[in-house]
Amino acid sequence: MILTNMETVSGKRITKHLGVVSGSTVRAKHVGRDIMASLKNIFGGELKGYTELLHESREEAIERMEKQAKAIGANAVLNIRLTTSSVAQGAAELFAYGTAVVLEDEHA
Amino acid sequence: MLDLAIFLTLMLFGYGFGRYAENRHYQSIMQREKEFQRLPLISSKVLPEVSNMDNALVSGNVVISVDYFKRFLAMLRNIFGGRVTAYETLLDRARREAMLRMKEEAKIKGAKLIFNVKLETSSIYKGKRNSVGSVEILAYGTALIPK
Repeated sequence: MILTNMETVSGKRITKHLGVVSGSTVRAKHVGRDIMASLKNIFGGELKGYTELLHESREEAIERMEKQAKAIGANAVLNIRLTTSSVAQGAAELFAYGTAVVLEDEHA
Repeated sequence: MLDLAIFLTLMLFGYGFGRYAENRHYQSIMQREKEFQRLPLISSKVLPEVSNMDNALVSGNVVISVDYFKRFLAMLRNIFGGRVTAYETLLDRARREAMLRMKEEAKIKGAKLIFNVKLETSSIYKGKRNSVGSVEILAYGTALIPK
C-alpha cells in the first residue's frame, strides 16, 4: 500500500479512482498526564506524554484509513490530509483522509 | 498575602526554568538543523523529473507548553495589544522541532527529499480563562526514497 500526500506517484499511472477514504480516532488523556501537564504549564517545556499519545493515535487513524482502502480494492491512497480538532474538554479527534486509487506501473 | 506569595513564586519558577529550557532547546534545534542540512524540505506539489523513487508518508509532532511567566506577559499584552513575543518563540521552537522530527524519520527510511510539506497547528490544552497552555505542531510530507 502506497501512502502519500501528493497527487501523483512517480513511475506509476492511476487506472481507477475509488473515492475518498478516511479514518479517525477520538482520544482522551488520563488524569495522571493531566497533572503532569499542569506542572509543565508552570515550568514550560515539552509534554512528552501528549506528544506520544497524539503520535500513536494518528498512526491508528492512518491505519484505519488504510484498512478501508484495502477493503474497496485500492493499492494506494493519494493526497492524504491529517487534521486535529478538539471535540470536548480533554479529548481530541485525529482524522486522516485521502483518495483511494488503483495504481499501475507506467510502461515507458 | 499568601496568594501573592504563591503567585510570585510561580512567576519566579516559570521565569527561571522556562528561560533555561528555552535556551537549551534552541541550542539543540540549531545543532540538529546543521546535521540535517543535506535533507531539504520542499513544499511544492510538483514532482521533480526524477525516475523511480519510492514514496513514504513521514511525520513529526511535538506538544510544547509555555511557562507561567510568559503566560502572564501574554496576558498583559492582551490588555495593551501588540506583538506577543512570548508566544512567537514558543511556536517557532515547536515548528522547527516538528520539522526536525520529520527529517529524523525520513533519514531512517533513507530519503533524499521531502515533498509537499504541510504544517498543522492546534492548541491542545486550554488553561484558565481560555488562555493557551500548550500547542501541538504536526509536520508531514512525502519522503522520496531512491530505489
